[in-house]
Amino acid sequence: MVGASALVLLSLANACDREQRRFRENPPSTSPSNVRVSALQPGTMVDTAHVAGPYDNNAWAVTEGQRLFGWYNCSGCHANGGGGMGPPLMDDKWIYGSSPENIYNTIVQGRPNGMPSFAGKIPTQQIWMLVAYVRSLSALNTTGARSSRQDHMMMYPGSTSLQDPAKPVQSFKPPASEMP
Amino acid sequence: MLQGGLRGALNQSVLEASGPQAAKVERLWWIAFTTAAIVYVLTMGALWFAARRARRRELRGELLDETAAEPRMTRAVTWGTAATLVILLLFLGADLLVGRTLSPIPKKQPLTIEVTGHQWWWEVAYADTSPHGRFTTANEIHVPVGEPVLLVLEAQDVIHSIWVPNLAGKKDLIPGYTQSLWFQADTAGLYRGQCAEFCGLQHAKMALQVVAEPRTKYEEWAAGQQKPAQNATDPVASRGREVFLTGTCVMCHAIEGTSAGSHVGPDLTHLASRRTIAAGTLPNTRGALAGWIVDPQRIKPGVHMPPNQLKPQDLDALLTYLQTLK
Repeated sequence: MVGASALVLLSLANACDREQRRFRENPPSTSPSNVRVSALQPGTMVDTAHVAGPYDNNAWAVTEGQRLFGWYNCSGCHANGGGGMGPPLMDDKWIYGSSPENIYNTIVQGRPNGMPSFAGKIPTQQIWMLVAYVRSLSALNTTGARSSRQDHMMMYPGSTSLQDPAKPVQSFKPPASEMP
Repeated sequence: MLQGGLRGALNQSVLEASGPQAAKVERLWWIAFTTAAIVYVLTMGALWFAARRARRRELRGELLDETAAEPRMTRAVTWGTAATLVILLLFLGADLLVGRTLSPIPKKQPLTIEVTGHQWWWEVAYADTSPHGRFTTANEIHVPVGEPVLLVLEAQDVIHSIWVPNLAGKKDLIPGYTQSLWFQADTAGLYRGQCAEFCGLQHAKMALQVVAEPRTKYEEWAAGQQKPAQNATDPVASRGREVFLTGTCVMCHAIEGTSAGSHVGPDLTHLASRRTIAAGTLPNTRGALAGWIVDPQRIKPGVHMPPNQLKPQDLDALLTYLQTLK
């Protein structure tokens, strides 16, 4: 009984977080440290604990991230997640890690072969919004926080959410004569 | 009293038309108001008369003759309905007529200004036959007195609506669709306008000013706006310029003559020449500018300008630099 009510409370708290618009929030004062970008490491395997993105469950922050993705010209190289000059962000391949702190560091530090460093150019809060959006592109944050609107390039035709790999829907099937 | 009640701060009233377009709207307003006032007075008078007559009859002990009352009632309802229909048709006719006279654009090539609505500010670009004559400003439209001005309206994100009641009626700014609106300011002055279509959190703080001035003064202003920003000469201002160019500001704002060239936020090339900041929210003073840069979310919660945590000496230098952008 206690467990059930705790679950209800927890889900309520989550539901509130989804809609909360935190305009005047103090950004985390320290940036994530000791972040590993690769699973390869000397000595014994140690899995560092992942930092939770502050906006992973917040739908408003995800859409703000989506706006900033366009404003700061991320789309110039990554298109709307489909990739171009830069790697795609919608797939499950992550060169430098998919956890929030990995993506944060990728944006702040820059990466070889073209990803510039945005250190000092984007306020911390907005970087975390971008992190939440980038993670939503490959369905890494809660379903509830992801936008249900088709503003951008979709993973497959007829998709109603930014990504929903569980239920692939093919709205258009090429005729058999055109199939290899 | 009525005029005073409807007037906002600083020349923003339909009842103080300062140009031919607004005069037509004002006339329509008076036709509707006068007609409605007459109908109201007549209706109230009839009601008072009927109530008094019925009371007198009752005091005299007369009984109501129902056979005579029935046709009288039918006649009254018929006349009432007919009068209502005629008045509504009159309103409709006047409305259509005013709409038709407002729409044609003057044949003489007017000054063309492109106004783009953003959440929550106005981008104002002065079109010119030569590219070097073109310039961009924000939230402030300067126009020469007594000349028709054509506004070409567009929106960047959602539907907005421009309304400067002293000069013209409302017109919606629709994303992906170009609209136009013309007006003429007959008296020099400062006219306030604002967004008249709910466009999100800070819709209420999306205002603009129209500055109508004599032709010579307007040309002087336009010539100043066409120039790139002057180089910072004193050490504090050049330090401020460095803060601007190496910090977060360049991600959204442009200053002509520097490497800052992003156009998602207002163009700041001649920021110090403007009267207000944050789309008419604050006066353009050093203190207001400081508050706006450091904590815009307290002044306009939800605005797309992020808070900027600058070191005090950096902020001071930045403010000095921004105030040189005349």
